[in-house]
Amino acid sequence: MHDEPTLAAHLRRQGISRRSFLKFCAATASLMGMSPSMAAEMAEKLGKVTRPSVIWLSFQECTGCTESLTRSHSPSLESLLFDFISLDYHHTLQAASGEAAEHAREAAMKANFGNYLVLVDGSIPLGEGGAYSTIAGRTNLDLLQETAKGAAAIISIGTCAAYGGIPYADPNPTGAVPVSAIIKDKPIINVPGCPPIPLAITGVVAHYLMFGGLPELDGLGRPKSIYGETIHDRCYRRPFYDQGKFAKTFDDEGARAGWCLFELGCKGPTTYNACATTKWNGGTSFPIESGHGCLGCSEPNFWDAGSFYKALSAPISPLGKAAAAAAAAGAAAGVAITFHNRSAKAKAKAAHQTVTVKDLEK
Amino acid sequence: MSHMDLLIWARGTGLQLALGVFVAGMVLRFFEIYSLGRKPDLSTPRPGKAWAGWKTIVSRSFPHPSMAKRTYPTVVLGYIFHIGFFVALLFFAPHIRLFRETAGFGWPALPTPLVDAMALAAIIGLLMTLGYRLYHPVKRFLSNFDDYLAWTLTLLPLLTGYMAFHHLLLPYTLMLAVHILSVELLLVFLPFTKLVHVGTIFVSRWYNGDMLGHKGARL
Ligand code: SF4
Repeated sequence: MHDEPTLAAHLRRQGISRRSFLKFCAATASLMGMSPSMAAEMAEKLGKVTRPSVIWLSFQECTGCTESLTRSHSPSLESLLFDFISLDYHHTLQAASGEAAEHAREAAMKANFGNYLVLVDGSIPLGEGGAYSTIAGRTNLDLLQETAKGAAAIISIGTCAAYGGIPYADPNPTGAVPVSAIIKDKPIINVPGCPPIPLAITGVVAHYLMFGGLPELDGLGRPKSIYGETIHDRCYRRPFYDQGKFAKTFDDEGARAGWCLFELGCKGPTTYNACATTKWNGGTSFPIESGHGCLGCSEPNFWDAGSFYKALSAPISPLGKAAAAAAAAGAAAGVAITFHNRSAKAKAKAAHQTVTVKDLEK
Repeated sequence: MSHMDLLIWARGTGLQLALGVFVAGMVLRFFEIYSLGRKPDLSTPRPGKAWAGWKTIVSRSFPHPSMAKRTYPTVVLGYIFHIGFFVALLFFAPHIRLFRETAGFGWPALPTPLVDAMALAAIIGLLMTLGYRLYHPVKRFLSNFDDYLAWTLTLLPLLTGYMAFHHLLLPYTLMLAVHILSVELLLVFLPFTKLVHVGTIFVSRWYNGDMLGHKGARL
């Protein structure tokens, strides 16, 4: 592509005003932890960006992450930004299919070797030689390794790609692993969530386009600016938590009064994400606002963290059987110790020698 | 292992194991104590002392008047700690939720700020008991490893719970995991240290009272 259009030109053609674009940049800047004054600079820089090449690999996933991005109520700036980037390969969105699709990936890799971005959603199955998920007759592992070679960076979109997600859940029948378990020599940014907030996906891409590098990441490879605080930290129901006012069922007085959902299983206290501030569906609300506790979907192993409706303070696995078995074991050991003590006592008694006055006089 | 993995282990396998050791240990200890038996007391019981055992269960909760002055700090600090500990354990809403989910029943919680204050009082009380133990020559002389271990095991759940609630020091997920693990540690050691008094105190009080009553001692 020679006369590659800039992002600004692309958006203008889509009828997006500069004002809306600035607003988008302001939201992105705040989500990415930049100062508000950066918004104008961001608009400037982003506007000049020419189409970057992006290869989107979909492995064991549900397409929810793509849906999160593209299925907004009205075409959002997030999805338009995505239209703009040169999505050279994406199962759901690309027009080509079959061999043509694979050729598109190979051509993009060749043309932009070392410079393209790889976005991955879904986990990679290693069980049975990777047979659980194949594309064009090749395993996900094979495709990922090959495509990652020329990548400038990899963005793991969604909890499956970032931490294994639902396929990884116990007992992990397909032997699924996250991207980071396979690729060790490329920068990887995790954007977990099931699905992630659309602005988080585009925010990371925008950050990359602007600065050509990765945002600051936390220990789990997530951008600190987006995943720096828990839902609970920013939850508007927090005052009720602090006062100890909890809804006990989904339709009791407390629930109607908007009390804290902790006892109904809210995982907000252990979930690092920006839902409470960025919100969903064009800023309409987020799960807790519509009356349901947080599932903790952006955390590793959220699927194995017990029922969604179990309070964080409750045990994950049933305790009755373990306790009963332990009581039986304790009783058996108790009986054994009783016999041991009794026989020790009896032996001591038998060995006891009476001392007579005569003995003492000896 | 991520913080979340640790929390999942603590709430799942860890808790099962700890509860298993606790239950087995307690049952074992009770067998051990009761099966030792007592020599039959052939003397005639003194009259009017049939309630001595029950009375002692209550009376030993208060210092003997002749001792009150000397044991004053022990008693006051002991009460502050024990009441604070029980309020934090039994009247904090998330804890009650735990009982409700495991035992199937629960009771109303106290307002969180009150529980918070009581937990803090328990922590301070516990710190002061250690100070007093170290300061008082007799107490210090009588203290052994078991005492300091019991003190540490008791302080940890209180301290980590308090810090988890207030989001201090560590990320909440990790602190919550550490809190639960500290409770599990307490459960594991409880049957085998002086902390076993949780289950034996009233039984042994009854026994002491009953024996003294049998002999006609003034209670
Ligand atoms: S609803 Fe959830 S996130 Fe909000 S205060 Fe309660 S526990 Fe925290």
